[in-house]
Formats: sequence, structure tokens, C-alpha cells
Amino acid sequence: MIDGTRLTGTIDLVVIGASAGGVEALIELLRALPPTLRAGVLIVLHLPRDRRSVLAEVFQPYCAVPVRDAQDKDPVEPGTVYLAPADYHLLVDDTRSIALSVDELVHFSRPSVDVLFEAAAEVYRERTLAILLTGGSDDGAAGLAAVRRAGGWTVVQDPSTARVPMMVEAALARGPVDFVLPLEGIAELLGRL
Amino acid sequence: MTSKDFEIELHLLLDAIYLKYHYDFRGYAMASLRRRARAAMTLFHCETLSQLQDRVLHDPEVFPDLLDVLTVPVSEMFRDPSYFRSLRASVMPVLRTYPSLKIWVAGCSTGEEAYSMAILLHEEGLLARTIIYATDINPHTLRRAEAGVYDVDRIQTFTANHARAGGHSSLSDYYTAAYGRAVFNRALRQHIVFSDHSLATDSVFAEVQLVSCRNVLIYFNRELQDRAVGLFREALCRRGYLGIGAKESIRFSPHADAFEDVARDDRIFRKRESA
Repeated sequence: MIDGTRLTGTIDLVVIGASAGGVEALIELLRALPPTLRAGVLIVLHLPRDRRSVLAEVFQPYCAVPVRDAQDKDPVEPGTVYLAPADYHLLVDDTRSIALSVDELVHFSRPSVDVLFEAAAEVYRERTLAILLTGGSDDGAAGLAAVRRAGGWTVVQDPSTARVPMMVEAALARGPVDFVLPLEGIAELLGRL
Repeated sequence: MTSKDFEIELHLLLDAIYLKYHYDFRGYAMASLRRRARAAMTLFHCETLSQLQDRVLHDPEVFPDLLDVLTVPVSEMFRDPSYFRSLRASVMPVLRTYPSLKIWVAGCSTGEEAYSMAILLHEEGLLARTIIYATDINPHTLRRAEAGVYDVDRIQTFTANHARAGGHSSLSDYYTAAYGRAVFNRALRQHIVFSDHSLATDSVFAEVQLVSCRNVLIYFNRELQDRAVGLFREALCRRGYLGIGAKESIRFSPHADAFEDVARDDRIFRKRESA
């Protein structure tokens, strides 16, 4: 296990993927974000696709920095959390702006964690921190590997602490990651960014 | 292959496509284009985009299939039902005052949006006096749109969307289902002109009262998006309407001041008097 203090000041973008059980896990992490956060935070949470998203309002009270629904071409501001809108893939473009797409589902999902992580790896390279949480899907494993290949940092929630461990187990089966931590550990890491 | 090589090869491929086939993807948003280019490499069994470029240049049969990958058509009827509710509530009452109507569905893909618009107009008693121009850059997709044939297993979603869009007819009035397919009625199609048009390279072709262009601008970079919105502005009649996708914006466009909000959440705008 690597010392998490090495990440301080080196991360421009945090990407987080979660599925079943993700709302509670995300609340715990969002609570940990310091008001001085420099990195932007992009989140994909799998949701029923025809539901109009109210997650920004759900999460905001727990979070010291602004939480927004991602809108196409919005610049990724430091210290701001962006949520993938229901039924859109969330990506980042070369200008470090939000890019949305309605391309086909990936792992039966739109938004897909892989799509976000792979786009983040392309643009933010080694300044990416990717976090994969609870979920019952294969989504995220390939994306996490892409972040690692690009020199970014990878974190998965300790499967023994995940409400639904399938997603993180799939990622661990695919290859090594930098940190395997319970939510408190991930929260501590985020607090130091 | 490094990421830098991939970027170089992607630019070269887009140049090659433009020079040879006059399709201009150079102003597309790179994030999604990269994914599509990678999907194309897999589909055509190419190790690199340079290999794909070689095939595209020298085998004319490859290009239509590549175009399908680069323009991945994904749509459904009455997507975002509240958009259609807003059109019904805020736009149709004004459109009703025109003796004849022209509507432009830009980037119509396989036709779902054009048929949705036709059904909405029919319900409002306006279809008989309307021509809908449904345009796209992909001739293959346009042929599918023109056929108006959809897998019957998609009809359930279409029907639910239509009901949530405030539809006061039954969607089943508009199609005939047989052999796992739903064929939309010729009566709708008679009011839709499907044609080839590129927001990247073509100019305005008609004056219209409403432009509906949803989830197309997300695939364009800022400059191309500005060009497209400029075309819509030019095509719109005095005080005409523009509808875009729920997560799209014209806020940062040089044309932003030409439009006022009609239904902010549903991204429906109206051209200002002076514009």
C-alpha cells in the first residue's frame, strides 16, 4: 500500500463510479471533501434511466463545495462536483470541459463509469484520481485500468465493506490498483488532496 | 501505440475523410469521437487508425460503414417527454396562427424525433399544413428514417414517453405492427421531407418557424456549435422557435443574445424581435 500523502497537490480531477448502494457511499465521501479542494470531481452513479435526477439537491447538504448536474461544455471548475445526468454519458474534453453523449449503453448503462474514467485518463493523465465504489456490474474495471495506464491513481472500495461488491471485485480481478480501502480510508485520502 | 500517436492518426483520418468524401468531422467534440474511432478500429480489425485510414481511402465500400460508426444513431420517440409538453403548451398556440408551417428537425438520425414531431402536430391539428424537414449527414440512416420501421420491442418505451409527453391519442394509431416490426403510417411520412444536410458544411435551405435539434450539439466543439446555432438563427423566421437538448446550452454562443427563454428547463428559445 502506498502512502496517500503523496497525492496532495498532484490531482486535478477526481472521478468516482458507483452503482447499487452508491448513494450512501457517495454521501460519506462528499462529506470528506475539504472546502479548499482544488480538484474538480466528476461522478457517475447508475440510475434508472427515465428518472429526472434530483441527486445534486440530495448531495449538496453533505458537501462543502458546490454540487451540480453536469451540463455540456461547462468548464470543469476546481473544487466543484459534477454529476452525470440520467441517460447521458459523462466525459471530459481536451479543454477540460464537460462533454456529454447519448452514444449506446456501455455495460447496459448510460452513464457508464468506463466512459468517464477512460475520457478522464485521456485528458488528465497522471493528474487523475479514479475511485470505484459499491455496485453490481462490470462497469468501471476497464476504465480503472485506463487511468492506471495513463499514470493516474486508482482506488477501489474494499469489497468486504461494499454493499454490493461485484463491481470492485471485477476491477480487482482485472489488475492491480493503488489503494483498496474502506470508505473511511477513501474519505481520508480525499481530505488530503 | 501511444496516446499521442493516436491523436495524430485521428486528425489525419479526419482530414482524409474530409478530403476524399467531404464529410467534415474536424469540428466534432474529441472525447466522443475518440471512443467512436476506437470502436471503428475494433470493427474493421485495424491495429491503428493509420491502417483504417488506408482502408477508407482505397476501399470505397468501407466508408459508409465507418460513417455509421462515427455517427452512432441513438434516439427514441418522445425522448425527454417534458420537451414535447412544453412545445405543446408554449409553442403550438403560436404556430397555430400561421397558415402554413415549416419545421426543421436537424440531425434526425433514424427518424424518431421527426415522427414524434409529426404525431404532436397531428394531435394539435396542425400536421395537414406542415412540412417537416428532417436532415442528417448519414444517407444510410436517412433511408432508415424514411422507412419509419422500428423494432417492436422499442414501442413500449415510445408509448410510455408519448403518454408522458401529454399525448392525447394512442401511439398505436400511428403504426402497424407485424413480424416484430412497427411501421409508422404513410400519412405521417407524407409531411416529412428527409434530406441530406450537414451542419458543418452546408448552408440554410428554408425559412422555418421551429428548429428542433436535440443532442446533436453535444457532439460538436464550440466553433462548430456556433456555426450550427448561426444556421438555426438564419433559418428561423421572425420570432421563430429553437429547441435543443436538455443538457445543451447556447449561453456561451455568440448567438446567445439573439434568443430569449421560452421554457428554460426544456431548452426552448425564441428568436428576439431584433435578431
